Amino acid sequence: MYTLAAPNKTDNRQNCDAYQDAMIELMKENPGIVHIDCDLMNCIHTERLKNAFPDRVFNAGIAEENAMGVACGMAATGLLPFVHTFGVFASRRILDQAYLSSGLSRLPVHVIGSDPGITAAFNGATHMTYEDCGIYMTIPNAVVLDPADYAQTYALTKKLADVQELSYMRLIRRAFKPVYEDGSDFEIGKGVLLKQGTDAVIIASGIMVCNALEAQSKLQGEGISASVIDMHTWRPLDEELVLREAVRTGCAVTAENHQVDCGLGSIVANLLIEKNPVPLERIGNHCRYGKAGPQDLLEKDYQMTAGDIVAAVHKAIARKQG
Amino acid sequence: MSELIQELNEFAAEIRLETLCIIASFGNGHIGGCMSIADALAVLYGDVMNYDPADPKKKERDWCVLSKGHAGPALYAALGLKGYFPVESAYHLNEFNSRFPSHTDRTLTPGVDLTTGSLGQGISEAAGAALGNRLQGIGSYVYVFVGDGEADEGEVWEAAQFAAHYKLDHLIALIDANGRQLDGTVDEVMSHGKGLHAKFEAFGWNVIEVADGNNTAEIRDALRKAKQTSGSPTALILHTVKGKGVSIVEASGVHSAKPNQEEWKIMLEEAERKLADVRGRKGGIE
Ligand SMILES: Cc1ncc(C[n+]2csc(CCOP(=O)(O)OP(=O)(O)O)c2C)c(N)n1
Repeated sequence: MYTLAAPNKTDNRQNCDAYQDAMIELMKENPGIVHIDCDLMNCIHTERLKNAFPDRVFNAGIAEENAMGVACGMAATGLLPFVHTFGVFASRRILDQAYLSSGLSRLPVHVIGSDPGITAAFNGATHMTYEDCGIYMTIPNAVVLDPADYAQTYALTKKLADVQELSYMRLIRRAFKPVYEDGSDFEIGKGVLLKQGTDAVIIASGIMVCNALEAQSKLQGEGISASVIDMHTWRPLDEELVLREAVRTGCAVTAENHQVDCGLGSIVANLLIEKNPVPLERIGNHCRYGKAGPQDLLEKDYQMTAGDIVAAVHKAIARKQG
Repeated sequence: MSELIQELNEFAAEIRLETLCIIASFGNGHIGGCMSIADALAVLYGDVMNYDPADPKKKERDWCVLSKGHAGPALYAALGLKGYFPVESAYHLNEFNSRFPSHTDRTLTPGVDLTTGSLGQGISEAAGAALGNRLQGIGSYVYVFVGDGEADEGEVWEAAQFAAHYKLDHLIALIDANGRQLDGTVDEVMSHGKGLHAKFEAFGWNVIEVADGNNTAEIRDALRKAKQTSGSPTALILHTVKGKGVSIVEASGVHSAKPNQEEWKIMLEEAERKLADVRGRKGGIE
């Protein structure tokens, strides 16, 4: 169950604290959970966890590949390790360890990648990942999550305690736009149908859920009725929900803070082309590198605003009509 | 003090002031990790390196790679002061479409030889540049700054073994041993066993200790010795201070400083005062 936050609600908390809140509870409940960081504890407030569980929080230094390998070894002894670094390094840099030492080995490790996509903002191109989830999608059994806000980050982190496979979760680090009220609950692998319409379905994840809702309300003003799905889990994908809404509305728009060619847009495209082709438009990064700037300008530059989603819905509907 | 050292000290003070101005244009940044290498940059760009600001990609140039790519602003200060671009043009750090991101990017900034920011990668790239130059009969040197936290990365040691194996004696690593990384001191976060000196030596490098890595004369001597070495790469262990010259950052030791307006004022005044002091020494007062 979930409660939507009021559309213009603001929240001064930092999103990384949702991860810490959840982990403090999880580590209290389950003595097998450990956290490994890569000299980025200060960046996501891991000192909170370290103070609560000094013996079960480790700093591996600036050595991500080793941190991942160590986590896999700990998993082999029956522990459940969470590993954190920036999303760029959590994906590109440790892919081989994640693939083989965790994925293929069937040893559960939960990888947390912070600063996804444009939220890396001023840290610039070298720290901005638009392919992290796509990289984890190449690992056959990896669970892939892109939470939207504080409440969802908290809820999904808690759910990871029961996942006995490799997973990758994106973590917005600082400011976020609240989509949900605290206490909202989500199931890994179950998309959330936030709005039900008749003309198109918008499938979004992460920071784009907020923009999708804004787009839906703008469209409503124009007399266009759109469904909105929060697809926080990319794998396992809630295929049934995507297909049901795509069939019902006849066209779809995806919206992600990620490269569309290896992201939500392509996952949904693959599904639709196999099961039920309908016109599809994809909002997100179209094969570009990152760059430094404030998040709002980057959002415009990569054409990821609510207005861009509205335009994409218009296009999809026009294609539907022939 | 020789005239040259006087000049280098003045240049180092200018680099510090300009680095602060560049970071101030954005409001916060890696002041500590920039200040610790300001003196070494001054020696490289003020004396040791062969380069041409009018032709930044000239084949027969020496290279400077910031493997600790987050120190970009310090390099921009040195490049700007040497005429690669007006230094004021770098007062747009991290702005949208700016040519000056915090982390160095060879596609954006004239004089930046290689793109870095993912720690560990720059030293491999630098080894490749040294090998590539040698293969083409170019006698250039490649200087690469490596952080002591960065040296946690396995890639640093893969590069180290490669460079020694291929006897890359035109590769000179300047190890910024300021004793701090992001989450705290190097000893707290991830210690280096018998130390970076012993490690590089074990990997087959010529190692030179620079007791005061913020002293231009000592750095210059060490670089001269490094260039006389043949058959192996050289690592200079520069014992530096994170934030050197900026009292507030020296004291806090923080990795990414977010000074308030008052603190900015104090820091900039301090840098201006120190520059004036060095200039005042000219004419043989010492
Ligand atoms: C592969 C990688 N992991 C993590 C980071 C994030 N990061 C940037 S700077 C830094 C600390 C660097 O410490 P050090 O090399 O000692 O630099 P200095 O103290 O001289 O600034 C970290 C962890 C990064 N840029 N690259």
